[in-house]
Amino acid sequence: MKAAVIVFPGSNCDRDIQVALRQSMGSEPQMVWHKDADFDDVDLICLPGGFSYGDYLRCGAMSAKSPVMKEVVARANKGVPVLGICNGFQILTECGLVPGALMRNSNLKFVCRDLHLKVERNDTVFTKQYQAGQNIRIPVAHHDGNYFVDAEGLKALEDNGQVAFRYSAEDGSVNDHSNPNGSLNNIAGVYNAKGNVLGMMPHPERLCEDVLGGTDGRPMFDSLVAALS
Amino acid sequence: MKARIHVTLKNGVLDPQGKAIEHTLGSLGFDGVNEARQGKFIELDIAETDEAKARETVTAMCEKLLANTVIENYSIDLEQ
Repeated sequence: MKAAVIVFPGSNCDRDIQVALRQSMGSEPQMVWHKDADFDDVDLICLPGGFSYGDYLRCGAMSAKSPVMKEVVARANKGVPVLGICNGFQILTECGLVPGALMRNSNLKFVCRDLHLKVERNDTVFTKQYQAGQNIRIPVAHHDGNYFVDAEGLKALEDNGQVAFRYSAEDGSVNDHSNPNGSLNNIAGVYNAKGNVLGMMPHPERLCEDVLGGTDGRPMFDSLVAALS
Repeated sequence: MKARIHVTLKNGVLDPQGKAIEHTLGSLGFDGVNEARQGKFIELDIAETDEAKARETVTAMCEKLLANTVIENYSIDLEQ
């Protein structure tokens, strides 16, 4: 399996994804600078977290227009799996690869802690090594993770099974109390209609080794390697 | 020509920053603020002198970059 991690000016989780991929793949992912639209054919493209372009105008707005993203959109539309985490999710919404938008957290606070997620389905390349309905612990760190989509869009997401993860409590319940940022229906991550693009605010790459306090993020990368190798 | 663009959240989209402004104005004793909505103001100095063409170009700029039409509306004022 070959993977690429796109690096924007202001990305700060690119190395974390690199380490997580290296661990699961047993080989090196390619690090692609955002101006290099002409990168190798790969089986997986990752858009990392961070503060690309300083979050100017809107989070992810500038990156969505960078040269490499035209190529990422074209490949995603051909079916190449794309994983966008945190700022990567914001970039995916800004370039229209996944529906909706990420707004300022409803309590206006930057939220930075481990929390729990309910895995909605495990029949995608991203989640095969989780169980459907499993409750996992994953860190979040964001100021703009309040997922919004209009009523029609929300219904379509729910009807098509495009919700990937929901913010949950430690006991697995999903309610307002377990919602850290005001996201509609506690949505923490969504798929595109074809299911080959996943955008999510939480950071699975930050919890892939025991030494970091947990491994609930690792099955995502192991799933991708198993599906794409 | 100057193009002045206001970008605002659509009706029905919750604006937590506007809410915070509203509450703080209230706590400062400014009564009677029914609602506060926060947006962005962008001013462009553009070479185009034809108003219709300028409006077309700036509209394209808003659609492609300046506004996120999932959550935001925009309005354009042009001044020679």
